[in-house]
Amino acid sequence: MREPLRTVQLEVNGAAYTVTVPVRKTLADVLREDLQLTGTHVGCEQGVCGACTVWLDGEPVRSCLLLAIQAAGHRVTTVEALGTVDRLHPVQEAFWENHGLQCGFCTPGILMTVVAFLREHPAPSRQQIREALAGHLCRCTGYQNIVRAVEDAARRLQARGT
Amino acid sequence: MKPPVFDYQDPASVEEALELLARHGAAAKVLAGGQSLMPLLNLRLARPEVVVDINRIDALDYLTEESGWLRVGARVRQRRLEREADVRRMVPLLAEAVRFVGHPQIRNRGTVCGSLAHADPAAELPAVAVAVGARLVARSRSGVREIPAEEFFTGPLTTALRPDELLAEARFPCTGPDWGWAFLEVSNRHGDYALCAVAAGVRAGDGRIQDARLAYAGAGPVPVRLREAEAALVEHSDLEEGIRAASAEARRVLQPDGDLHASSEFRRHLAAVLTARTVRLAWTRARTRSGGAHA
Repeated sequence: MREPLRTVQLEVNGAAYTVTVPVRKTLADVLREDLQLTGTHVGCEQGVCGACTVWLDGEPVRSCLLLAIQAAGHRVTTVEALGTVDRLHPVQEAFWENHGLQCGFCTPGILMTVVAFLREHPAPSRQQIREALAGHLCRCTGYQNIVRAVEDAARRLQARGT
Repeated sequence: MKPPVFDYQDPASVEEALELLARHGAAAKVLAGGQSLMPLLNLRLARPEVVVDINRIDALDYLTEESGWLRVGARVRQRRLEREADVRRMVPLLAEAVRFVGHPQIRNRGTVCGSLAHADPAAELPAVAVAVGARLVARSRSGVREIPAEEFFTGPLTTALRPDELLAEARFPCTGPDWGWAFLEVSNRHGDYALCAVAAGVRAGDGRIQDARLAYAGAGPVPVRLREAEAALVEHSDLEEGIRAASAEARRVLQPDGDLHASSEFRRHLAAVLTARTVRLAWTRARTRSGGAHA
């Protein structure tokens, strides 16, 4: 079978892109390969590991379980929109200072989940944090410092009144 | 891995979708939330020639109450059930169970009807459908039929849907005022597939259980309703005696497969323990006339 292609317009981090891609290509792969937004990582490609988590219309979703062409007409937000190296997002600062990562492969997805989670739960319990992280696999840290980083991030965001 | 090559269709109307399913039959797969189909495509366990994406069909995005039934259209995401307080009032078991489905990232895309049509025997929503007596509305070019949940699930990942049919809607009966409902599961991590899950409902009257529903996930090839265990709850005037009899029945009748995560015997043990816990919880809720509504 020939490879069916489709041209769509995607809105990613506020910018408009027009891409012509195979219909079967996942959003994760188009972000990385066609838009060079390599902050989004691809782990298991079956929705388990959470590394590819991005926002669709502001809500965290797995970008490996979404065809890129399905994202047309929606707002996509990736980790690149959170902060920059010089100006980290408060959640990124908290991960940095609490050593909430080692190799960093799972971190972009976790950040996207945590920022959205803290929006809805500004003062979460440890149990709520653990449940919020359950959709992410980290093979390095044992999660202890990730949980601490989320607790610290909640405090930082509250102190800033955001 | 990456999905295999397929032809992609995204009809804007139900009629167009049914036309595509009629034309392509078993060579087509319906794509709704994609939280079951996309992993199957990525793993190359499914190789449809045509993927029929129903996400553009706005007519399937409704969550309404009509004549005592909650009607859930095929494009309703699972997350929406958590966020609308009316669902907790109308079908409290559904609102409670949906939080056990995957993770928020999954439920933001995953649909109620998609989970039912995928028919994983360890999944929560099929067990809920069986417990409350949901009816599944299948549409095709040749008409509409309503399938009772207990007849809908015919085997692991297998349903009574024909290849030309679309699961257009799931209908859940709204709970009666004297009923209490409870859903509990044991899994390795929050959001993992249930090793065993139990959905229970009891109707309280004259200080005892007058009617009961018990359904199990992860305990057989399809979600199982145990009428013998339900009968045991009604027959015994003493609550704890009834619970003991129902739990023993669950342990005796259910035939779950064992795997890496849990042996068959351990799953039967969980079924018995969760039977007791869910019935006690459902009973408390029925007695407080809350209908299971809780924070």
